[in-house]
Amino acid sequence: MRVVLSAPVEPAPTVEELPDELVGADTPWQTIVWNDPVNLMSYVTYVFQKLFGYDKQKATALMMDVHQKGRATVTSGSREKVEGDVAKLHAAGLWATMQRSS
Amino acid sequence: MRAWKRHGRGDRARYVAVLDPAEASVLRGLVGQVEDMLSGRSDVVPQDELAELTGIRTGPSTAPDDPVLARLLPEFHRSEAEGGAGADGVALSAAMRSVHEPELIAAKRDAIATLLATCPAGGGRVELTVPQAEAWLTAVNDVRLALGTALEITEDMPDQLPPDDPRTDHLPVYHWLTWLQDSLLTVLVP
Repeated sequence: MRVVLSAPVEPAPTVEELPDELVGADTPWQTIVWNDPVNLMSYVTYVFQKLFGYDKQKATALMMDVHQKGRATVTSGSREKVEGDVAKLHAAGLWATMQRSS
Repeated sequence: MRAWKRHGRGDRARYVAVLDPAEASVLRGLVGQVEDMLSGRSDVVPQDELAELTGIRTGPSTAPDDPVLARLLPEFHRSEAEGGAGADGVALSAAMRSVHEPELIAAKRDAIATLLATCPAGGGRVELTVPQAEAWLTAVNDVRLALGTALEITEDMPDQLPPDDPRTDHLPVYHWLTWLQDSLLTVLVP
């Protein structure tokens, strides 16, 4: 008679079997800022410089993208980073959302 | 009031303006209204046994019904951005909101408290440090967002509306706040 001392060890899940959330941890996310009729161009530029340390040229270019194209990707990275960036933009009053990079 | 001026440099810089009594009254009144809306919203705390045990505050998971409050406390995810409302996006927005909304409201209320503490109720001289000036930018911007949403401001809004438009009397206040914010930005970020 064979004595079972412990439950059989299940093989570790392969990548395909991991839940979506865990696989998504490595795919980059994007912080999107949307155009709105209230926020001033000068204020949006200032916020990009202050929150993300961008120089005036880069901050201005992103602001112009928001203004003219209706949206711009202002940062990207891990979900945690982008989540924090969106929270900071909301605190500054900008209309920002996060989405997975396509 | 005249445009903001900067005195001194670096950490010692001070941003100075003189508000007349009517200007101080309007500004404080509007900022106070935003404060009331935010404090009302923060009373909407979900009853959660886990939160009581852990002491970790969570906020509501759905956006405010009021469009003004919804603009001040936006969603984290925009479903239409990815071609259709996905259940994932809705769940993401709900989760993000319940985690971040309490701290977002707290940050906005801090900025409001700084403005109210540094803007004399009867008008007069306002003298701000850099952090205080930054708080003014945030608080004044939130008032502009609130008023802009209520007045349905658009990009090509004329400076003046027809006399019979119910918004006519309020638009100058919005334009004055825009000027105040832009003027402060000009001296803060030369």
